[in-house]
Amino acid sequence: MSARVGVVLFPGSNCEHDVVEAIHALGGQAEIVWHGAASLPAVDAVVLPGGFAHGDYLRPGAIARFSPVMEAVRAMAAGGGAVVGICNGFQVLTEAGLLPGALQKNAGLKFICTTVELRVESTNSVLTSGMTPGGILSIPINHFEGNYTCSAETLARLRDEDRVVLRYVDNPNGSMDAIAGIRNEQGNVVGLMPHPERACDPLAGSNDGAALLRCLLAAASGVRAA
Amino acid sequence: MPLGANNVSAMDAELARALGLTDDEAGAVCRILGREPNHLELAMYAVMWSEHCSYKSSRRHLRRLPTEAPHVLVGPGENAGVIDAGDGVAVAVRIESHNHPSAVEPYQGAATGVGGILRDIFTMGARPIALLDAIRFGPLDDPRSRWIFEGVVSGISGYGNSVGVPNLGGEVAFDDCYAENPLVNVLCLGVMPAERLVLGRAEGVGNLAVLLGSSTGRDGIGGVSVLASAGFGDADADAGKRPSVQVGDPFEEKRLIEACLELLDAGIVVGIQDLGGAGLTCATSETASRGGVGMDVYVSEVPQREPGMAPFEVMTSESQERMLAIVAPGSLDQVREVCARWEVRASVVGTVTPGARLRILDRPGGEVLADVPAASLHEDAPLYDRPMARPAGLDALVAADPARLPAPKDCGEDLLDLLVDPAWVYRQYDHQLFLNTVEPPGGDAAVVRLKAPGLPGAGGRALAISTDGNGRWCALDPRQGTAMVVAEATLNVACAGARPAAVVNCLNLGNPEHPEVMWQLSEVIDGMSEACTALGLPVIGGNVSLYNESRGRDIDPTPVIGVVGLIDHLDRRPPGVRLVPGGRLVLLGDAGLDGTEPSLGGSLWALRAHDHRGGRLPALDLATHGRLVDLVRSLVSDGALAGVHDVSDGGLGVALAEMALRSGTGFTVGGVGGHVELFGEAPSRVVACVAPECLDDVLGRATSAGVAARVLGEAGGDRLVVEGLVDLGVAGAAEAWRGAIPRALAPV
Repeated sequence: MSARVGVVLFPGSNCEHDVVEAIHALGGQAEIVWHGAASLPAVDAVVLPGGFAHGDYLRPGAIARFSPVMEAVRAMAAGGGAVVGICNGFQVLTEAGLLPGALQKNAGLKFICTTVELRVESTNSVLTSGMTPGGILSIPINHFEGNYTCSAETLARLRDEDRVVLRYVDNPNGSMDAIAGIRNEQGNVVGLMPHPERACDPLAGSNDGAALLRCLLAAASGVRAA
Repeated sequence: MPLGANNVSAMDAELARALGLTDDEAGAVCRILGREPNHLELAMYAVMWSEHCSYKSSRRHLRRLPTEAPHVLVGPGENAGVIDAGDGVAVAVRIESHNHPSAVEPYQGAATGVGGILRDIFTMGARPIALLDAIRFGPLDDPRSRWIFEGVVSGISGYGNSVGVPNLGGEVAFDDCYAENPLVNVLCLGVMPAERLVLGRAEGVGNLAVLLGSSTGRDGIGGVSVLASAGFGDADADAGKRPSVQVGDPFEEKRLIEACLELLDAGIVVGIQDLGGAGLTCATSETASRGGVGMDVYVSEVPQREPGMAPFEVMTSESQERMLAIVAPGSLDQVREVCARWEVRASVVGTVTPGARLRILDRPGGEVLADVPAASLHEDAPLYDRPMARPAGLDALVAADPARLPAPKDCGEDLLDLLVDPAWVYRQYDHQLFLNTVEPPGGDAAVVRLKAPGLPGAGGRALAISTDGNGRWCALDPRQGTAMVVAEATLNVACAGARPAAVVNCLNLGNPEHPEVMWQLSEVIDGMSEACTALGLPVIGGNVSLYNESRGRDIDPTPVIGVVGLIDHLDRRPPGVRLVPGGRLVLLGDAGLDGTEPSLGGSLWALRAHDHRGGRLPALDLATHGRLVDLVRSLVSDGALAGVHDVSDGGLGVALAEMALRSGTGFTVGGVGGHVELFGEAPSRVVACVAPECLDDVLGRATSAGVAARVLGEAGGDRLVVEGLVDLGVAGAAEAWRGAIPRALAPV
């Protein structure tokens, strides 16, 4: 049985079709969920995709956290359902308080679109269970505000509790501790700046993102990735 | 000048001049109306008859371009050109300049250039899937040029990324002549099911004109006339033109794109038209005259950003992110519903009327403020046959042969000076959205798969796109220079395995009131026409940007050519600009063999090393070029090449170096006679990296195709070696290449 994934579309999102396409190609089911929906359809996982929800007005994610669908997303996360925020979706999750810390402007004060190497740090998450710890993935980043920051106490907790999911091999944006992705305590909520859906086809450059999305589909349907 | 009975009064002539109309043009308005125009009417004619909107200096010449081919669905004159890409998919393409706004306010000027071209594409019913930018600036040792360059790139990045359309690069160049008049040309490409093609047409008396998107403000008033159709004087005075630059909001545009595509999908609009230059005046008059109807427009119904706006401000404002939809009254509720979902404002601002008059009323049923024949605003625009003259100093310039310049002491050092990695620019652009990008920016041509939500299954089809320009060549010989630019763009898409299918162009030139500039324009058009005819390519759209001058100095004529190529089956990545160790390096289309001497005329080396801009351009043979394009395309699509790169700026030396630096692999080549052969820019040449076991096949196919081929050497190792001329380490050269722009931006 293939997992069903809801992909939230906020006005200004732009990666929603890409996530749907990548999940379809991996054998999953995916459907777009409008941000104004008061509830989620019967899905096994939710992805908050990349883009510029509500134009990134005020700051990325600051308005999206108030979109009606976020109540249902919050409830799903609380119930242990898989929730993944990619890029702008990660920013929304931090603004919504579902993940700690914040994403500030890149250290070089420039937008960066390029492919970077990532190291898998924690496999205790819906996005990485089944991956090889320490494995290196080649996946694109595409952001202006991807510079992860948090308090010293939070950073210590993230490290102690194995909640840093992905690190940059060569830190491109000044992120604290080279953090590219983190998870919540239970591992069912993950936020990451890189775009796994952009690395699902060798013709377009890399296939390493497919491994992460396969883990998500497996976790969502309650089966461990082969 | 005395004014006759059919002319405007002295006071209004003063006003007409201030709006940018000549006395003769103001007189023509009187004749059309049979009376004196009022202020609002004069303002409407002034924007529509501006050079930017009416092409009054260039139209007569543009007719000489070839525009037809069986696969052309829409040619020049509409919002965008459209070709049939097969399998029920149509591709819309347009290129436009935003030079003057970018000179005055780099960030917003460039950002709104992106916004404007996107609206031209989704107006046709197409979803924009790719942007490319051809941008030119003064040298970066000047702080003002650095400010303009960084602002333009940030503006393109800020708007394009946020609006959610991938940007596949384009080209960037630096030259003194653009120091105070940068060139910002933006190309957009969109795709649609062929049957959804829509034209901006108002039909059906009683239908409603519905304004979608932003409210109308006082920004961009006179953008097309005051700003785009006049040159620059001194910097302080030009700062006063800043309010004529529009301000962009990519989030509004993103919602507008989604709402408009949904309206077109649902089939609930009769026609749709973007608001760009000349704002509501242009959109209402064009839709009405295309549909052979009239229109009443109500100023009170146009949402306005501030109180007290005069009707002429409402009608000529260039506020961004607005569209005009023509809607049957029965569909209005549905249209409102779609727009509400996307948080896009929809206001009924007018009605389609019988007859052919465009009337502006203060409110429905209210006072008539303007009443003009809709078609007269464009069809009756003046058409000038301006005087032309070959520039007086050109013969002497052509006679100044750079072959007489002293040879470099060290060709390697000179080579390093010519290497510029554009990655600093395109790393700031989202070039991967929609998962279609197969060949990212930085190569010869960008390659994207033909795929988008709602598009019929396009079974492995892809597009290759290249934009090219070369002001140095065109200054020496605008006709041949332009033909060489067309040739280069076709060769670039061939290097990606694509069949060149259509041309769009952006002609950037100086002041058309200078006879030398008109001569250049005429020659540029003839050169483009000759090349396109010889290569069997239709020109499906273009933009003419004149008055690119500052302090009386015209820019070098700089036609920018965009070529779209079709790839029928993309089953492997094109080889790209790279070397594979052990590969044999083959120069295809060797210019030395047909008896012509290599030349440094118009070369990048002569300019950079000696500030020399003279000489005769190397010969171009379009028949030979066509054979090379066919050969390269078939070699690439058959997978016969491991790497490929066309020879262009900086000649063979730069082509080889770029292949090496992009792949981190060195090379050793021999038989290059000297710096003239190393840096000469003869057209119609490609360097191919060929696996040894494929070499005989490639050479054999070149011979059968009638294309000269010469084995230059071999790829491999960690040095760039041209025997007797160049010996550089890959690592050091790569550092110089990658750091060229960052170093220039952070001078010590």
